[in-house]
Amino acid sequence: MAKIVVEVMLKPEILDPQGKAVASALPRLGFTFATSVRQGKRFEIEVAGDPTPAQLAEVEKAAGTLLANPVIENYTVKVEK
Amino acid sequence: MRVGVVTFPGTLDDRDAARAVVAAGGQAISLWHNDADLKSVDAVVLPGGFSYGDYLRCGAISRFAPVMKSIINRAEGGMPLLGICNGFQVLCEAHLLPGALTRNHELHFLCRDQVIKIENNNSSWTLNYEIGQEILIPLKNGEGSFQCDDATLAQLEGQNRIIARYVGENPNGSRNLIAGITNARGNIVGLMPHPEHAIDPLTGPSSDGLAFFTSVLKAAVNS
Repeated sequence: MAKIVVEVMLKPEILDPQGKAVASALPRLGFTFATSVRQGKRFEIEVAGDPTPAQLAEVEKAAGTLLANPVIENYTVKVEK
Repeated sequence: MRVGVVTFPGTLDDRDAARAVVAAGGQAISLWHNDADLKSVDAVVLPGGFSYGDYLRCGAISRFAPVMKSIINRAEGGMPLLGICNGFQVLCEAHLLPGALTRNHELHFLCRDQVIKIENNNSSWTLNYEIGQEILIPLKNGEGSFQCDDATLAQLEGQNRIIARYVGENPNGSRNLIAGITNARGNIVGLMPHPEHAIDPLTGPSSDGLAFFTSVLKAAVNS
């Protein structure tokens, strides 16, 4: 069944101490690939049947109201099979 | 004067806030998150804690509690409203104050006595302080880093809306050492450290916090 996925990330200009902590832990474990890490949130939302455009619009509204704080965060809404 | 103190699920500091209101000479009225009735209060304190377990973001869910609808309505009409710590986070989430509180820059939960400097004594909650006065009150939070965009910061500075700043090293990464801010009208104040824990030397590091609560009583008399 298709899921509606909302991904929330801190805006690029907002300091992400958790991402920084992960970035500094990686080389300690021998992983040297990362120049930067940012940490975010992912919401998986199920609805009955395939999501309709109206439902997606509602989710978009909910994302900007509750799931993300637009003062410090950006979000995306997409459908995943 | 009747000062409401809100209890959300997970609120910790409601009793100390009520005790501070009484010590200041006011009447503390308990308000419940799920009850929109403000019981004829003249002012409201949103105390600290971990309302709704800090799920999603600190204050994000509390903001939609039934009591908040009434509080937002009254505060927009001029009722004095103080948010301390988690209460400050709720005020930002409710967009009653600009900006947001994010994770402390060193990631650690801090719990210590902190010196802050009062920068604005025109708000309903700081009338009884002197500008430049340094006070010692507890600071205890994991997400106390005040963040906002450059335009908002310039506006807060330009309109003299910084209530208090941290003195010494920046404890949590807050922009411009901001410990507390107010709205343009001066009735709504958000403060990260805890004046309600510093109202007498028996239970706190000082009695420096009491004047937040005596200030709002004075504001009521003046209005």
